[in-house]
Order: sequence, then structure tokens, then C-alpha cells
Amino acid sequence: MARVIVDVMPKQEILDPQGQAVAKALPRLGFSGISDVRQGKHFELEVDDLVDDATLEKIASSLLSNPVIEDFVIRRVS
Amino acid sequence: MTKVGVITFPGTLDDTDVVRAVSRAGAEPVNLWHGDHDLKGVDAVVVPGGFSYGDYLRCGAIARFAPVMTEVIEAAGKGMPVLGICNGFQILCESGLLPGALVRNAGLHYVCKDQWLKVENTSSAWSSRFEAGAEILVPVKHGEGNYTASQETLDQLEAEGRVLARYVSGNPNGAQRDIAGVVSENGRVVGLMPHPEHAIDALTGPSDDGLGMFLSLIDSVVKT
Repeated sequence: MARVIVDVMPKQEILDPQGQAVAKALPRLGFSGISDVRQGKHFELEVDDLVDDATLEKIASSLLSNPVIEDFVIRRVS
Repeated sequence: MTKVGVITFPGTLDDTDVVRAVSRAGAEPVNLWHGDHDLKGVDAVVVPGGFSYGDYLRCGAIARFAPVMTEVIEAAGKGMPVLGICNGFQILCESGLLPGALVRNAGLHYVCKDQWLKVENTSSAWSSRFEAGAEILVPVKHGEGNYTASQETLDQLEAEGRVLARYVSGNPNGAQRDIAGVVSENGRVVGLMPHPEHAIDALTGPSDDGLGMFLSLIDSVVKT
């Protein structure tokens, strides 16, 4: 078994209104110096050893993310 | 009589109104369940609005893998007319039947109001009853209706006349180029965020402008 992390983020050119809303809330709470926030999704998969990188790539691109609007990064952590 | 399938997923809300609109237009509605493996001999399919599978992961992301959608994607490939409304539009984009994606409204607010649209494409299976440039009043109600696609895709849609309709008198969700709905390359698959099925009778909606989409479909089925 291995733990695999998939991080999915909106593409740079895609408007991220949720991230903007968080960024705008920070100064209201007294936090300064944060110029931008982008919000994405973090998946943790428990994966057995038979699952290869190509399969993980397919899982990330076909279900966990929508390639039209999002990029993803896959990491094996253990 | 033209048979129009209306899909119900867990979380679908607007199937009843679509069934009513199909009947009002003079076609026979056929209820389809998300787990169905066949389309029961229908001539066309409507994917209604709502929150299929709770909108988990992304709107439409889980629904596109439902057994009935496998059948819909195959039939659409052979030219069957398919209409996706609101969550149905999101599902058709996730399925790859239509280009682009629907992301969260630019203002973050859920919008629910009557919205003016300008119809542009009048050659699709679902829009032949409209005059080009006609302005119609139809309800919108969504939190993620902000149409997004690459600049090349948007240019191509416009060059090929595949913008079904645009928002006029204000863009409710930040959609790129005010796009409210788009048409597939073969003109058979249409997706739009506003709800024509809620505008089929002045007694219960803002107008009866939406009925034209269902009448157009019947014309196109009879023709083929």
C-alpha cells in the first residue's frame, strides 16, 4: 500500500472567485501582506502496489480534475 | 408521436417540469433513471437541472459516469438530439459532448431570477423555432453557471455560429462573452444554463418563450 496525494488547482488563467473571496477576507481580519489566494482540492488515495503511475494519471485527469479548467500534481508520499 | 427521454439522477430537481414541457409541446415524455442501461426507444433526451449526486467533486462529474449517460453519449454520437439544462449542461460538458466548463459564478452568489437572452443559433435541433436575434425571457437559477473555455474554443464557437444564446441586460454569472448556451458541432446537442422548461406558460413562468425549444425538437425529429 502507498499513499498518493493528488492536488488539483484551477488553471492560472481561470478566474477563482472563491480564492478571491478568501483573499479579500484576510485584511478584514487584520492580516496584511497576502496579495493573492487560489483555492483548490487535495485528495489522499490509499493505493495498492499494483496501481502504476499511468493509471494514477488517468484517475487524476478523468475524474479528480477537469482538464478544461484545472491542473493536477500527483505525488507518492510513502 | 415523438418520444423524449427525461433523465432523473439522485438530486435532479427539474425533471417534472421538463416532463410537463415535453407534453405541452405535444411529444411523449419517457422517464429515464440514472441506472438504466437502455434509452427505451426515445427519439431525443433531455438532461434536466438540479444537483445530481449532490454536486460532489464538481457539478456533473459523477453523473457523467452513470449507466444511462453511457447510452446517451453513444446515441448522441449517432446524431440523437440531446438537451442539457443547467446541471444537465454541466453534465454534457463533463461528458465531453459540449466544449468548455461551468465554474462558480463570478460574484459567488447563487442567482435566481428571470433573465433576458438573445437567441443566436437558429439551426440546431432545439432552436429552429426562434428567429435569429429574438430576445426571450427565461428563469436562471444556479451557483455555477459561469461558462469558461479557452480563447481558441470561444473563437471557434463564435466563428461556427455555435453560440445558442447570450445574456442581455446584464450577465448574471460572469460567463465569458455572455454565453448562456452552446451547440455541438453537428447541431444536435445543446446545453444552456437558463431554464426553458420553467417558461412554457405565462401562468406559471415569466413567459412561454421556452416552449419554442421543445417545439423545435419535435420539428427536427419529424424531419429526420
